[in-house]
Amino acid sequence: MAEEEDKKMIEIYVMGRRYKVPEGLTIMTALEYAGYKYVRSCGCRGGFCGACSTVFRKEGDYKLMMDLACQTAAEDGMFLVQLPFVPAVRAEFEIDELNIEENDNVMLEHYPEIARCVSCNTCTKSCPQDIKVMDYVQASLRGDIDRAAKLSFDCIQCGLCSIRCPADIKHYHLAQLARRIKGRYIDPKSSELEKMVQELKEGKYDEELEKLCDMSEEELKKVYDERKFQKEG
Amino acid sequence: MSDGYPEYMRKSIEKVEATREKRASIDFERMKPEESQETLDNFHPDYRKEGKHELKVGPSKGELAPIELAELLESPSIIDPSEIDLSQVDYDVEILIVGGGGAGTVAALWAIKEGIDPKDILIATKLRHGDSNSMMAQGGIQAADKEVDSPVTHYLDAIGGGHYTNQPDLLKALTRDAPEIIKWHEKLGIMYDRDENGEFVELPGGGTSRYRLHSAGDYTGMELMRVLMDESRNKGVPVLEFAPAVELLTDEKGNVGGALLMNLETNEYYVVRAKSTIMATGGFGRLHVQSYPTSNHYGATADGLIMGYRVGIPLRDMDSVQYHPTGAAFPDQVIGLLVTEKVRSLGGQPVNADGELFVNPLEPRDVEAAAIIRECYGKEKGITTPTGMRGVWLDSPLIDFKEGEGTVAKRLPAMVRQYERFNIDMTKDPILVFPTLHYQNGGLVINADSSTPVDGLFAAGEVSGGVHGKNRLMGNSLLDFNVFGRRAGITAAKHARRSQKPTKLTLDHLSKYNKELKDAGIERKNPSPMLLPEYRGKRVLERHLDVQVTL
Repeated sequence: MAEEEDKKMIEIYVMGRRYKVPEGLTIMTALEYAGYKYVRSCGCRGGFCGACSTVFRKEGDYKLMMDLACQTAAEDGMFLVQLPFVPAVRAEFEIDELNIEENDNVMLEHYPEIARCVSCNTCTKSCPQDIKVMDYVQASLRGDIDRAAKLSFDCIQCGLCSIRCPADIKHYHLAQLARRIKGRYIDPKSSELEKMVQELKEGKYDEELEKLCDMSEEELKKVYDERKFQKEG
Repeated sequence: MSDGYPEYMRKSIEKVEATREKRASIDFERMKPEESQETLDNFHPDYRKEGKHELKVGPSKGELAPIELAELLESPSIIDPSEIDLSQVDYDVEILIVGGGGAGTVAALWAIKEGIDPKDILIATKLRHGDSNSMMAQGGIQAADKEVDSPVTHYLDAIGGGHYTNQPDLLKALTRDAPEIIKWHEKLGIMYDRDENGEFVELPGGGTSRYRLHSAGDYTGMELMRVLMDESRNKGVPVLEFAPAVELLTDEKGNVGGALLMNLETNEYYVVRAKSTIMATGGFGRLHVQSYPTSNHYGATADGLIMGYRVGIPLRDMDSVQYHPTGAAFPDQVIGLLVTEKVRSLGGQPVNADGELFVNPLEPRDVEAAAIIRECYGKEKGITTPTGMRGVWLDSPLIDFKEGEGTVAKRLPAMVRQYERFNIDMTKDPILVFPTLHYQNGGLVINADSSTPVDGLFAAGEVSGGVHGKNRLMGNSLLDFNVFGRRAGITAAKHARRSQKPTKLTLDHLSKYNKELKDAGIERKNPSPMLLPEYRGKRVLERHLDVQVTL
């Protein structure tokens, strides 16, 4: 079923050069059909890694659009170029030493350029994940780290926001800082985990684990088949 | 209602809708051991002898491996040893880490904790730092930390799921280290899903007898990977991107002393000398074993298996390949992409063309996959797409039906987004699925401290074998790369501290391996490692599926 002769063909323009490719491909597979072998600009091929940021325009339209090559259908008359790398600076920090109790704006301290945000919302419009990017920049400005972390959670760090920003904000690095602060300092911690880690330190399960390690397949099968399943979490 | 489905598929969806309420309360009986064995024998691609090849050379001579892998193992190297100048060392480091995914990055962080200066480490990776299957893992990470659970139960679930073939000391390490790993993640600031008291929201996975999966929405792997990378950057670990290792380097005694890298953009070689080398290159999904589509990353081409095998590391459990029960089967653009097991953890059911539930949604992965193939090719109750791909429905709207509207959108944002891009609303309509090549169960033989049988070489993550035996359970691979990445980093650091720099670097093992190939009369034409898969031209149209069932 690999090939259908009667498949409808469309025309795409890769960095200005025209190619005919079958309909029904993603931008990524359309480029491969056209003969390109990826080294850069191709990663997980499943929408999780942000490697395949693509800038495009459709024939007859003046607008530049942005999306992921692996998650977007190739359309007739697309002019395409991919972004192999984003040269964005990132603030270094020591996660153990961020004192958010005594410092009311860690975010501004690490990324002072967020104060230059002109609320143009270009970052939000550029985001292939439909994240409210400008909103999390504004939340960071107000010191609302929890909100910035939540709003940015689906970020795949493709960098399209930062490439388009007139204020040169590095949104995705800023968001990473917010999420790490939330995970480390804002979210309450698990007491169940603490208890288990303590029990393990005391060697509570060592003997039983050792016993399992020494069991024959026959013995293991018996215990395994008699397992009781937890009904609800 | 979404408009992404053609009319005839919508007719079948109506049948799924008609049975939904009734199915919601069915607790489908799990297969008895005999039935699951029979289903595997007849329908699981791994149980087809024709797909396997007996290795003719190397440390695992006589053992079976998928043909696609065997062809690469039994091929000459992409480099000619006589043309490589090893006298000039470009990078002289304590620890070389080959692969910048989960295992490699974790190893770097723990080597630093063990006292190695970050600048004496080098991560060399084929694509970008973080480009890996680790990044794509959606469902979660297992760790027994609840009152009703323990590492003992976790061990039992995993060894049964693995058909009692797991290496016991590795599995003990995996389950016992798990809670400490989550504790470490808390300190790094990983945002796990928690309740208002800070306790983790945990789910069951296929074959787990407890609610044990920790997750971060359905972006669990991405959340882990981006934090690990961020921390690695804070520590200043040098990373060489687009510079894969193409072969390991050995000293006069045959011990590993670094690797030869290739700059993918300039085609230059770089010689790296290292006291300890950690192999963390991941798996082999992009070999499309048995012509299956894959959920794997672009770079998953078995490079580490090839390089490790050539220096003398045996492989184990290579005869078993994990097909994830639910890869996307429609629309064409997403064929093979992962539909996380979490859809079933949350209550979604696999349903046939007539709207019937035909298997317990949470059997171990190999059994679940075999049952779906049986439904499509044995019982002819699948749905065929306009381009000929068969699949069954995964009733995702059932989750909202059971757990309340908005649950799917809240708990599975990545999945919802993926389908939305192609005009399918999985909160309202079911999605079509078929097994996809997902994980390399076996790999390079390692010890519990991540050392290998060859001095100077360590291995962690998907490239290594033994942890999962012949079938991995959901949530144990994110755990694997953390547990064994950590152990590899620590062991490699200790090894580096007590070792001298190798005095002479050679490719003697390659010449030896080439001679073995010649003596065995093998002349293959697929030089390896492969580095990148070939999809140019019409190959990209191949849906890579020609299911053979033994009835």
